[in-house]
Amino acid sequence: MKYAFFPGCVSQGGAPELYPAAHMVCQRLGIELEEIPGWTCTGAGVIQEKNQLFGDTLNARNFAKAERMGLPILTICSTCQGVMSQANHRMRDPEYLAEINSYLAEEGLEYSGQSEPKHMLWILIEDYGLDRLGGYITRQLTDLKIAPFYGCYIVRPTEALDIADHPERQQSLEMLIQTLGATLVDFEGKTRCCGFPILTINQKNSMAMVGKHTSEVKDLGADAMVTPCPLCHLNLDGFQPKAASQARRSIDLPILHMPQLIGLAMGMSPSELGMKKHIISTGPLEVKAGLRR
Amino acid sequence: MDVTIRVKRQDPDAEGERRLPYWQEYPVTIADNATVLDALIQIREDDDGTLSLRCSCRSAICGSCAMRINGHAGLACKTIANTVVQDGVITVEPAGVMPVVKDLVVNFDLFWEKIEAVDPFLKHMGREPEGEYIVSNDAMLHLSGVTACIMCGACVSDCTVLEVDPTFLGPAALAKAYRFTADPRDGDSDGVSMERLWALSEPTGVWDCTRCNECVQACPKGVAPMDRIMAIREQAIQQGYTNNNGARHTDAFTDSVGHSGRLDELRLPIKSVGGFTNMPALMDYMPVAFRALRRGKVPPIAHKNVENVEAVRRLFRQLEPNPPEPQVSNNSPFG
Repeated sequence: MKYAFFPGCVSQGGAPELYPAAHMVCQRLGIELEEIPGWTCTGAGVIQEKNQLFGDTLNARNFAKAERMGLPILTICSTCQGVMSQANHRMRDPEYLAEINSYLAEEGLEYSGQSEPKHMLWILIEDYGLDRLGGYITRQLTDLKIAPFYGCYIVRPTEALDIADHPERQQSLEMLIQTLGATLVDFEGKTRCCGFPILTINQKNSMAMVGKHTSEVKDLGADAMVTPCPLCHLNLDGFQPKAASQARRSIDLPILHMPQLIGLAMGMSPSELGMKKHIISTGPLEVKAGLRR
Repeated sequence: MDVTIRVKRQDPDAEGERRLPYWQEYPVTIADNATVLDALIQIREDDDGTLSLRCSCRSAICGSCAMRINGHAGLACKTIANTVVQDGVITVEPAGVMPVVKDLVVNFDLFWEKIEAVDPFLKHMGREPEGEYIVSNDAMLHLSGVTACIMCGACVSDCTVLEVDPTFLGPAALAKAYRFTADPRDGDSDGVSMERLWALSEPTGVWDCTRCNECVQACPKGVAPMDRIMAIREQAIQQGYTNNNGARHTDAFTDSVGHSGRLDELRLPIKSVGGFTNMPALMDYMPVAFRALRRGKVPPIAHKNVENVEAVRRLFRQLEPNPPEPQVSNNSPFG
């Protein structure tokens, strides 16, 4: 299995532990990743609010490059997934696609409109198979209670994400957690917003969201939360101490990137998965999983 | 079809336990094509006359029966029960954000206060037209997408911002505001609603939206409130209301990607809060930055360009017009 890899900016920026963790896990699973040369940011929905055409053209450029590689696209970011899917959805309008292609022509690129970018989470379920993934599990995580946190853009809007054709996508993270042998802690907030998009605009509200979700999960007795979105990770992990002080309570809930949880179940060590870089210590979780004393 | 309707009930005026939310299960046999509302009405008529709910038209026109079905807001009359049944159960709760009056009935005061706050009527600022006001068919067709709103409150129920901050204007009111900012008859003689765009750019306005898409998903009429909020942001930026963190964030983000192909995560927050001149805001980030630094979690100091960055810059020059002149002050609509 080989994919055109779209890492997204944050996996190499604010959450630098994600990129190598995803690579290691994919390599062990026999999923070959070839990075799209010169890929650009998807616009994260931010460029689109100011200039949709520019944002969508950047996505079409990435898609055209992947088509030239002859490979389907794999991403490791929920936000990138959503923005790519939404851009793709709009480009189903042939006139809009033709307009975008007219701008790409100068670089000698053309997008067919046929690409179907997929998050690694979806690929593991739809292309790879959870049974096959189960065959790589060497470490019992039964003692770990894990709550899912999706990130808005991988669950909404459902039309652009083809949820009607793939209803399992709405349960994908729970399915993965259970496949990995961890104990699922379900909670209502799993598809809500982490608050990251308004971090620099209305920090108080952003922190209220972080505080609400992490404390709710903590109070349900979870050991950690797992997310397929590095932007959610930035807010839920990086800003959790600030959110806790705003909420006037202690929270200390470790947040794992999706590939890190998979890596743990496959026998990799927390340090090689970059968990030392997290702001909220994963120490207690490692002790509970029997990874250290 | 046999199904169990699990209803979250509450009677805040009652004495004792029923004052607090509790769950009650109703096993019912309903027709295969029955809606969730049909099931609830059947329960009220045949099993339990104390179950309170609002409904009227049963045809997704009146907007009375918005509630949470399996955790997400929607119209009970528009939801076919057999499409949402999970392991024989459908979970029904009152709409979120607004306080419960009883069972599935919520108090809409907050909803209407916000609609009123955006002045939901045409405000023509320029010279009155001589004779009738001719509006293009296209402009009115575009507005019909927003006027399709039936005020059901589903978007407000599921808004992730209102959940933590009741001062936010919220999706319904902001979509309503767009109905006027996009109306050629509103505002000055060019149809630019300067005063509205200024007010909507202030705190509790368009920039407080997280872009989470909950309202787009919840709306039973395809109004897509969040998309209207984004459109107001664009209108406000066009008119130069750029002296706020939201507009600066969008601008710095677009600029970073337009010039280098990727996001410069180190400089973006600095530019968003207004640069190094805004020391209090920057100092606020220092503990977070310190913790990140200690853990070796820092974005690259030198921001690199992507391969063949010239192609990206060319697209940026072609597609992103010159930014408008900023308004002199953020506190006055007219500088």
